Amino acid sequence: MMPGIEFLLAALAPFNILLAVAGVVAGTVIGALPGLTATMAIAVLIPFTFGMRPESALIALGAIYTGAIYGGAYSAILLNTPGTPSAIATTFDGYPMAKRGDGDLAITLACIASVTGGLVGAMFLLMFAPPLARFALAFGPVEYFWLAVFGLTLIASLSEGSMLKGFVGGAVGLLLGTVGVAEVGGDIRYVGSFNELLGGIDVVAALIGLYCVPVLIDLVATPDPHLKLTQEVKGYRLREAASISWRSKFNLARSSVIGTLVGILPGAGGSIASLVAYSEARRVAKDPGRFGKGEPDGVIATESSNNATVGGGFIPTLVLGIPGTPADAVILGALLVQGIRTGPTLFGAQSQIVYTFIYGLLIATILMLPIGLVIGRYAFKSIVAIPKATLVPSVALLTVIGSYAVHNNASEVQQMVTLGVFGWVAGRFGYTASPIVLGLILGTIAESGFVQGYLIGNARGQPVAEFFTRPISLGIIAFIALGLLYPLFTARLRARDNANE
Amino acid sequence: MKRFYKSVAAGLIGATAIAAGVAFAAYPEKTISYIIAFGPGGESDISARLQEPYFKKLTGQTVAIQYKAGAGGAAAWSQINSAPGDGYTIIGTNLPHIVLQPLQKDVGYKTADLANVYWFHYTPDAIIVAADSPYKSLEDLVAAAKKAPGTLTFSGSGTNSANHLAQQRFDKLAGIKSTYIPAKGTGASNTALLGKHVAGAYSYSTVGTQLGAQVRCLAIALEKRHSALPDCPTFKEKGYALVSGAYRGIAVPNTTPKALQQTISDLIGKINKEPAFIKSMEEKGFAMIDVGLADMPAFMAERQKEYEAIARDMGIMKK
Repeated sequence: MMPGIEFLLAALAPFNILLAVAGVVAGTVIGALPGLTATMAIAVLIPFTFGMRPESALIALGAIYTGAIYGGAYSAILLNTPGTPSAIATTFDGYPMAKRGDGDLAITLACIASVTGGLVGAMFLLMFAPPLARFALAFGPVEYFWLAVFGLTLIASLSEGSMLKGFVGGAVGLLLGTVGVAEVGGDIRYVGSFNELLGGIDVVAALIGLYCVPVLIDLVATPDPHLKLTQEVKGYRLREAASISWRSKFNLARSSVIGTLVGILPGAGGSIASLVAYSEARRVAKDPGRFGKGEPDGVIATESSNNATVGGGFIPTLVLGIPGTPADAVILGALLVQGIRTGPTLFGAQSQIVYTFIYGLLIATILMLPIGLVIGRYAFKSIVAIPKATLVPSVALLTVIGSYAVHNNASEVQQMVTLGVFGWVAGRFGYTASPIVLGLILGTIAESGFVQGYLIGNARGQPVAEFFTRPISLGIIAFIALGLLYPLFTARLRARDNANE
Repeated sequence: MKRFYKSVAAGLIGATAIAAGVAFAAYPEKTISYIIAFGPGGESDISARLQEPYFKKLTGQTVAIQYKAGAGGAAAWSQINSAPGDGYTIIGTNLPHIVLQPLQKDVGYKTADLANVYWFHYTPDAIIVAADSPYKSLEDLVAAAKKAPGTLTFSGSGTNSANHLAQQRFDKLAGIKSTYIPAKGTGASNTALLGKHVAGAYSYSTVGTQLGAQVRCLAIALEKRHSALPDCPTFKEKGYALVSGAYRGIAVPNTTPKALQQTISDLIGKINKEPAFIKSMEEKGFAMIDVGLADMPAFMAERQKEYEAIARDMGIMKK
């Protein structure tokens, strides 16, 4: 099954290695800037690949992609602002780690986890692409609905302090997700006289606003330095990070596989993958209470799973011609312009392109380890060393550029600022950003899954049974039940143990 | 005094026209911004990317393709007229979008606000089923729909979109009732199709070529069969008068002088005559058309009438 060595040698051509290095560097830097996402990095850099051979172009784009997904962790850890939507869950434990002076450790951990996840995803792509693509097709609207519901149940576990406040935040997010022209049905909702809202609230703009603006306001409002400066310079803390990673090898493996599988599902992507991996890591942990307070396993879970979506997402893109993630949609378009037709034949007649690319992606992922460590170290040092008076305005400027750059649209900057101020006020009352963002992202997926599933079920004359009889749906429902009931069960056990003592 | 101002104004207008005339002679002198009202990777983007090298070849100047996605294109179209009308900003426009959107609601622009200079291709509507579908022909499909009205499901991209329109029109022409399942974009619609969550998809010829042997095209809304899909019969062959699709063209800010609009229209027309360009477009399933500035008013009036009638049938007209 393992395709030949000649493709590996082709991928090792100096030009391809150069592209892999340049792609990873460019991707990491762009991904690290809040609001500049992996999709955008690829869209911006695509014209440079048109003169290249298709496999080289793919290697460059794949390297940019994987670098950007990793780079998103920097701002998540150091600024509590996910650099890309895939890094939302990295803020949960990454930022608390940075707060207590372990930012450098968190970044090195993120690098190791990203490389591992990326390698697992690429290996799946190399060995099992065609059968896994068929698995992706088994997911219909109903399955997406339940998957989104599964994601929403995470709100319960993410709510620090008050679960009720978490639910209120989630509900606000769900409502925000309904603004604009309905995906399915075309109704116009909550737009009022603001035509700018017809397209809905943009997720990236909301992300930057809700996460980043409160951090900036707090930085200005308090005299403390942004992150604690550790006394001695500890270097990369690579040995420490490696031993933590080795201890968490099961978490690494599980999260990487989750990331790959979710990445294969068209329309799910890195943000959902990392949330699912995070919740699973938390569920099986000996002490789930440490999650959300700077638990290294949280960072490992999210960063390995989101990089695994890169390889996973290429599976439906290359095998079926259906983009696995938004970034893959852009890459697919670039391939079409180059005259490459994706689909089952690509793995037969044009296997040289595909396998050279996959080896190139593996090489780029391995190169990410040294490159990521160096850039990460530099990013950490500069964020810690830059005085607040410089840091705040620079990041503020970035938030504006980032939210504008999503669609080159000024109204999304207004959305970002409005939601940012709202998020800060809500934060004062104990409502955190994550439930709101989760509601916003998952609400739209749940809604279109529900409406499409209902329409299909209705055409078959069984709208309710459609949701409860399909095997994969039942599996997801079982996971939802497990996730909701397991904490109650363990609490009960613990209470009994205590009583026996 | 008033007369003085009038003559100054007239003089100014004249001078501008002359200056503009001089400017056109050398147009384009710098990079042209080519705005795409959608994200990258879609049909609008791909066709613009295919045009890109020919701008350079024919004029020596490049185009910079920019994406301004939002509200199904309306975000970009509602703002185009605030760009300077100097020929260095052009924008991709789409039919039926630019007619249907203002009919349904206030989207910040009216169809007549957009100064279209050329329609250069279209993607014909097509009914596509999975390769192992029990429906071997359009007749099979119509017979199945007649037997059990409403049970046949078809995915398509978006609500009140070109795909949705095609479904409504064919249901009416064939006297059947099918269920349309709107998906978030062509990719999601294809997923439902290949995963067999729906009986088939209302899609475009481009999708038929892109998905290749995984799917079968049952009918295409063209006058004659498409060279890239020689086995796909036209609706006309099957006795249904359906020739439709999504048209893509180029518009400029409406302040652009008429002579300059003509220059741009001619340029797009020239690209459309390049044999290599036609070949790369047709291979991907696009169908070429040529509607230049001169034919624009008649063409738009016809489309307006056609889409208005469908919109009224579908009950989606703004109250």
